Amino acid sequence: GYLDEQFIQLEELQDDANPDFVEEIVTSYYTDSVRLIQNIDQALAKYPFDFEKLDNYMHQFKGSSSSIGAKKVVLECSQFRKYCAAGIAEGCVKTFQMIKQEHAMLRKKLETYFQMLSSAGGT
Amino acid sequence: MNLGGGLMGSMAMPSSTVSRKSSEVVTADQFPVGLRVLVVDDDPTCLTILEKMLRTCRYEVTKTNRAEHALNMLRENKNGFDVVISDVHMPDMDGFKLLEQVGLEMDLPVIMMSADDSKQVVMKGVTHGACDYLIKPVRIEALKNIWQHVVRKKKYEYNKDVEQSGSWDEGDRQLKHDDAVSSPANDGSWKNSKRKSGEDDEADDKDDTTTLKKPRVVWSVELHQQFVAAVNQLGIDKAVPKKILELMNVPGLTRENVASHLQKYRLYLRRLSGVSQHQGGLNSSFMPQDPSFSTMSSLGGIDLQTLAATGQLSAQTLAAYTRLPPTIKPGISMPFVDQRNLFSFENSKLRYGDGQQSQISNVSKQMNLLHGFPTTMEPKQLAVLNQSAQTLGSMNMQANASSSHQSSSLLMQQMVPQQRGHISNESISSQVPRIQPSVGQPLQSNGNANAVLSRNGIPYDPVNQSASVVDFSVNHIPELPGNSFPLGSTPGITSITSKGFNQEEIGSDIKVSRGFVGSYDMFSELQHKPQEWQMQNPNMGFAGSSQHVPSVQSGVNVAPSIMVNQSYVSGQKNEQNGHSMAGKPMYSAGLENQHMGMQNVNQNYNSIHVNNSSRVKAESVSDVVNLGANLFDYSPEDMLSTIMLKQQEGIGSGDFDFDGYTLDNIPV
Repeated sequence: GYLDEQFIQLEELQDDANPDFVEEIVTSYYTDSVRLIQNIDQALAKYPFDFEKLDNYMHQFKGSSSSIGAKKVVLECSQFRKYCAAGIAEGCVKTFQMIKQEHAMLRKKLETYFQMLSSAGGT
Repeated sequence: MNLGGGLMGSMAMPSSTVSRKSSEVVTADQFPVGLRVLVVDDDPTCLTILEKMLRTCRYEVTKTNRAEHALNMLRENKNGFDVVISDVHMPDMDGFKLLEQVGLEMDLPVIMMSADDSKQVVMKGVTHGACDYLIKPVRIEALKNIWQHVVRKKKYEYNKDVEQSGSWDEGDRQLKHDDAVSSPANDGSWKNSKRKSGEDDEADDKDDTTTLKKPRVVWSVELHQQFVAAVNQLGIDKAVPKKILELMNVPGLTRENVASHLQKYRLYLRRLSGVSQHQGGLNSSFMPQDPSFSTMSSLGGIDLQTLAATGQLSAQTLAAYTRLPPTIKPGISMPFVDQRNLFSFENSKLRYGDGQQSQISNVSKQMNLLHGFPTTMEPKQLAVLNQSAQTLGSMNMQANASSSHQSSSLLMQQMVPQQRGHISNESISSQVPRIQPSVGQPLQSNGNANAVLSRNGIPYDPVNQSASVVDFSVNHIPELPGNSFPLGSTPGITSITSKGFNQEEIGSDIKVSRGFVGSYDMFSELQHKPQEWQMQNPNMGFAGSSQHVPSVQSGVNVAPSIMVNQSYVSGQKNEQNGHSMAGKPMYSAGLENQHMGMQNVNQNYNSIHVNNSSRVKAESVSDVVNLGANLFDYSPEDMLSTIMLKQQEGIGSGDFDFDGYTLDNIPV
């Protein structure tokens, strides 16, 4: 429910030459997305909102999220951008909370997932 | 990051010959494997994924997260990449900027990608020249196919080179023409052509070594903006290097630098316009931008030009149809058309030779003449022809219109070929046993047709590197009394890279020549009015389209001419068709191409042309030229036999009748 077929594709890309490919990607994603989230947080701390800037950040965040198949995060990102376009500050703030939530949730799920994988692989 | 080292087998371009390289690249065995891809994305996650995907596709991947860096890599190693994939939103440089720079400087296919799927952004990518637009998340399925852009681009470039050079030259030439009509101009044009061809190379990313080494100006984004501002201020049509330079007022920048950049910029614009046109379908569009076009009109002499790019296909068939106007007034009509075709190669510089006509001497070859006068036509046949003609006509028209545009014309050509193939088949089918629809792709035939009134040749210079351009100029003489014809002799010049050409003269007046280069074109010309001519070039060897002149004004009628070219293998011979008269096409030159022999095959002349007498019949001459240049390997078989149709019919004294078609097929 949290991921889409893009994630599956990533798994398919993983091969012997790169056994930890998916995990590396996810790690990369979280490293980078933390930075983006910080940027957005900062932007949201300033009034009035610079919607253009917000949209720009969110765009990056969305692109990044979509590349790992973080479906729910992406959905929220789209919503956020709609609010940006409409200039609805409240919507942005609210949606961003959702995004962070989904983002964190997914992270947990993925961590669990990778742990399972490695333990499974180990045995 | 990984710089893709050498090219892998297939990709490696043999830098060898200028003209063939693209095909070689394309046809290499394992082709997509080893495709050198440069990926630019500021998002590390995306970048890593893309890299992985691309490697899975067995491409050579080079990645960078900075557009500036990407641009530097591209500049340093112009031949190092086959395709660029770039994100749209990047902090250091907008992806579209990068796209634009790449388009200007190396003309590589660029694929844009973004999570932003809004129509405006996608459109922006298209209008800036992106060959594709991928929505993130990018899927590997999409990447598996990106090699097609490389192939397309190569083909396209090939055509484009031809055309562009042709059209530019025209523009230049005409300008020069105005200034100095005579021979002196030659030198100038030559240089231009040379310089251009050199630049083309550069632009194309190959063989740039020699030309590039000179004082080189790096057109930074800022500098380019200044340049664009200057051009816009002047107007694209009027922007000449000197003025641009003055406006830009940048120390150290020379007129040559600006001229070079201007050419690239025009090329770039054309490419863009081509894209748009492409989208639009075959709309006839005249691009405002066409400098050459406008100049042409100003000359008055030339109405249409068509450049076709030709190309790559080895065999082409051109069939031209002619039509006759249903009603022609008795007694009158003479069509005469002089056409010239020039083919130029790089080698030959036809262009101006000495005089206009003198040019011909330089070159060899081709002409097509057709005249048809028919007083009477048969409706049915005509009908058929007409349709085809119309369709062709329209096609041609566009081509003409677009002549100045490289891209557009190219597109046209590409598009056209198939249609024509069909058309020709349809219309001709009965008559001609075999035509193969598949014409292949004529990729590169270029034809320029110019019609000039009362002038005899107008030279065009096509400068192609590889491609040959054909020019036709038609002269018309309005003044002829009804009976008389001017048959001008038409000089045809063609230079072909391949070097074979044929010339023929038909009748006293007309000559037909053919050249082929790798590819050939047909043209049919029609005139509606004395002044106006329509030319068509079909490229790709196809039948030329015929045109009608429904009513001619009292004075003159024009008959459509048809030409058909066929390519033969060298082995082949020329054939004549029964009707063919005096003129005979003869010969074929097969030069370089082993495959191709050039021949003219059927020509039927109803010699009419030759006849001065009032009776002329319609004649159609068709020349077929095939060019051997195949970029792709085609076997001779691919070539189509050409067919010619002619119609002649009895000639009444005074009148003409004409219905004859002759078709020939030549099996190869």
